[in-house]
Amino acid sequence: MALYAALVYLPADEYWTDRPEQVHRPSDGYEVFAADAGAAGVLKGGQGLYPPAMATTITVSGGKGGDVIVTDGPYAEAKEVLGGYFLLEAADLDEATKWASRIPASWAGGKVELRPIVPMQE
Amino acid sequence: MTESARQLAETIRVAGASVLATLTRTFGSLQLAEDAVQEAALAALRTWPSGGIPDDPRAWLLVTARNKAYDVLRREAARPAKEAFSGGQCQIGPDTAQEALSMLEPDSAVRDDMLRLIFTCCHPALAPEARVALSLRTLAGLDVAAIARAFGVPEPTMAKRLVRARQKIATARIPYKVPDDAELPERLPAVLSVVYLIATEAHSPSSGDAVTRIDYETEAVRLARLLCELMPGEPEILGLLALLLFSFARRPARTSSRGGEPVLLRDQDRSTWDHAMIAEATSLLAEAVRRSSGVAGPYQLQAHLSACHSTAPSWADTDWTRIVALYELLLEVTEGGAVRLNWAIALGEAEGAGAMLRALDGIAGLERSHLWHAARADALGRLGRSEEAAAALRTAIDLAPTAPERRLLIVRLSSIVDDHI
Repeated sequence: MALYAALVYLPADEYWTDRPEQVHRPSDGYEVFAADAGAAGVLKGGQGLYPPAMATTITVSGGKGGDVIVTDGPYAEAKEVLGGYFLLEAADLDEATKWASRIPASWAGGKVELRPIVPMQE
Repeated sequence: MTESARQLAETIRVAGASVLATLTRTFGSLQLAEDAVQEAALAALRTWPSGGIPDDPRAWLLVTARNKAYDVLRREAARPAKEAFSGGQCQIGPDTAQEALSMLEPDSAVRDDMLRLIFTCCHPALAPEARVALSLRTLAGLDVAAIARAFGVPEPTMAKRLVRARQKIATARIPYKVPDDAELPERLPAVLSVVYLIATEAHSPSSGDAVTRIDYETEAVRLARLLCELMPGEPEILGLLALLLFSFARRPARTSSRGGEPVLLRDQDRSTWDHAMIAEATSLLAEAVRRSSGVAGPYQLQAHLSACHSTAPSWADTDWTRIVALYELLLEVTEGGAVRLNWAIALGEAEGAGAMLRALDGIAGLERSHLWHAARADALGRLGRSEEAAAALRTAIDLAPTAPERRLLIVRLSSIVDDHI
């Protein structure tokens, strides 16, 4: 079995709301997916993210231990933004693909990127 | 290379692909299997010329390559940094002839291994270019240097691309398996497009002076035949093989015997076509039609188009109305400037140069294609607009990617200009 992060990208114009205080609520489709993938033993975790307007970007200048620079917003504006991720355990890429295609973002204007997880060193 | 040396290399290459397929399954690593087969092939090249080709070359290569693979695993395990690996899933088996013989499975298992290798190398999660390169390497057994030349890149660049493709297969876990019947309709087109891309590369060497050194057309036909054997009765595979054979049959007429210039279909000496091959293609196409229950896929449609030309006595006596209709069907299932360009040219034969020019000018996005400008020049010339025709030909000459194509266009330009002095 292999672990994949299914990175859920959403169109920025839909996700980047005028009212940043508004909490992004996952639509029913995500709950259905999570329930199905959970029941199949495929879903190993996942989180939703607040919109990029809520982001703070941190850099440290002058190397490790240097000045911490804090800026409002994401590092770069993009057409599609990361809205969350699921952790999927599947036998191979074909099985992971089958599940990824059931995540609403993949068919509702966004996309899902499957990235294999680097195994932890023992 | 002498004839016997060539045959020897060919035997190793063909048997090597199926050994690679089996070892990839047994060891679970394409990289390891490839390295092992490579070493076994070198050993064969060293020993076979003096000792003779063994009765069963595949068995010899399989046993030798398997032992090489075990050697690699032992070396890896011996390294202290890799200690965890020796306790892992890779077994280091006993080195007995008996065990090696047990790997020589019946033909049906070899067939499944080859199919697994094909579907893995042509997986949609790999970039199309990587699929073609990897297929040429693993399925056709061509060496990296030859593939690099064909792609017009330095050998280390191609080697790196192949490594990256194998890494993706291993890391992302692209499965080593044949898709089940439900998935097959989605997955087969990626395989067929690799074979088709290899074949079309034969007709349009993307750059460079001479015809490239890989015999792409032979490789493509070989792969299509292999697919036909492995998956008998698949209508699109039959259609693709028919298409490739119709085209292959014209090979003797396709380049001039003097300068090696390409000869256009309309000017080819049809008596030099391989008519036995055309007959084979025709019966394959009939079989594809029988099995496709009335719905022709893109390769079958192209095979029908090719058949129209192959069975016509001359360019003028070709059934152009049928060809136009077939292109219109093809445009419904495929996208692509090349199809639209050929449709416009066929329209020129069926309905005249005016219709052809209107059709050509209605195609967007081919401004950088020398073929589009050459076709416009043809239509303009036939309409008596020779100055515009000459201008279009000059643009085509500037854009032509290879010297033989450029020379052909220059000859056409000089004939237009001469007519009007």
